[in-house]
Amino acid sequence: MSAHGNPEEAATEPQDEPADSGAWGLWEVFVRSSRGLSHVHAGSLHAPDAAMALRNARDLYTRRNEGVSLWVVPAEAIAASDPDAKGAFFESPQGKDYRHATYYTRSEGVKHL
Amino acid sequence: MTTKDSASTGAGPSLDVSDSEAARQAEGQAYFDRIIGLDSRIEPRDWMPAAYRRTLLRQISQHAHSEIIGMQPEANWISRAPSLKRKAILMAKVQDEAGHGLYLYSAAETLGQSRDRMMADLIGGRARYSSIFNYPALTWADMGAIGWLVDGAAICNQVPLCRASYGPYGRAMVRICKEESFHQRQGFEILLELSRGTPQQKQMAQDAVNRWYAPALMMFGPPDDDSPNSRQSMAWNIKRFSNDELRSRFVGMIVEQVEVLHLTLPDDSIRFNQDTGRWEHGPLDWNEFKEVLAGRGPCNAQRLERRREAHESGAWVREAATAYAAKQVAQHKGNAA
Repeated sequence: MSAHGNPEEAATEPQDEPADSGAWGLWEVFVRSSRGLSHVHAGSLHAPDAAMALRNARDLYTRRNEGVSLWVVPAEAIAASDPDAKGAFFESPQGKDYRHATYYTRSEGVKHL
Repeated sequence: MTTKDSASTGAGPSLDVSDSEAARQAEGQAYFDRIIGLDSRIEPRDWMPAAYRRTLLRQISQHAHSEIIGMQPEANWISRAPSLKRKAILMAKVQDEAGHGLYLYSAAETLGQSRDRMMADLIGGRARYSSIFNYPALTWADMGAIGWLVDGAAICNQVPLCRASYGPYGRAMVRICKEESFHQRQGFEILLELSRGTPQQKQMAQDAVNRWYAPALMMFGPPDDDSPNSRQSMAWNIKRFSNDELRSRFVGMIVEQVEVLHLTLPDDSIRFNQDTGRWEHGPLDWNEFKEVLAGRGPCNAQRLERRREAHESGAWVREAATAYAAKQVAQHKGNAA
């Protein structure tokens, strides 16, 4: 899975395409908006290395105090669940209502429960 | 917007390899239609019709190019802005436009197009961008008119795009819209200050409004009866309102705002039509619009040349960064050994 996507497109790419930034990998950016919160995915960018990815991420995703901490992760390092298997992969919680507090109704009206 | 997203082989419902391509297409289409029917979002690795992918790719990349080219008319005024404060504001705005371009290129990449390819298409003159950026910014008042009218029209267009059916596009638009409102307000403020200044300054503001009014209205695209792709885009929940509907809404907004500025709009035909509930405006020169789009506007050649120049003169920076990264990796390996 290359950062530059569709192999079908590659065949039609024009010859004069500049190849200079082609070596720059895709990085996913995660921003912690304030202390006590998780890092949340903000977007992606291209950079030659982690140090530049962090600097670029600061300029691109935190121009207005959006964050107090940044993570950058090479996109190729992320493993994703297969959308083909959407149903099967997430099937197990179905029919397991008893995992939710709302399943237990007989205690209704009882305080602090 | 992940790498996994970028691999756009088009995944959908599970199917046996032995299934015919037609069956796979039909099942994919049904899956896609169901998601669109629910007004839910399509994500990069979902199956999607080839035409949907193509339409989005065209729209998002053109939008990205517009942001990048849109840096030029204003960057041109940074050194001549009347105060340090105005220079700082203008730099922040131009930096925002660059950011918007980058968010959008990322979104387009998830559809399977490489960024280098998009950049090559732009500087090679094979890609389109908004016609508005091919008009010159002649005076300081143009910074006001661009912020108020051009960014104003862009916001009007872009707010509904936050709900576009393609997830990465909608998310990029949310971020962009948050930042655009500063752009419009700073433009309005520039015009207001000029309008309250000397008679010459007020005249300069009026002149800028006169020149940017019609091109700003044309930013919404051709009239509905001459916009062949609109219907399909609306059926796909990419577009939520027609060109004319958004244009009319925008006219209704600026007709009130221009009074606060104590300026006028160069259009005697503006009126609210009670029957249709829409604002109407005078005729626009759609031939001019088509000419500018076709590359024959006042600044097309200059804008492309400037972009090409910037790309080429930045090559050594990109090369140096790549070489430095490679050296760091080599050194790291050396130390580890």
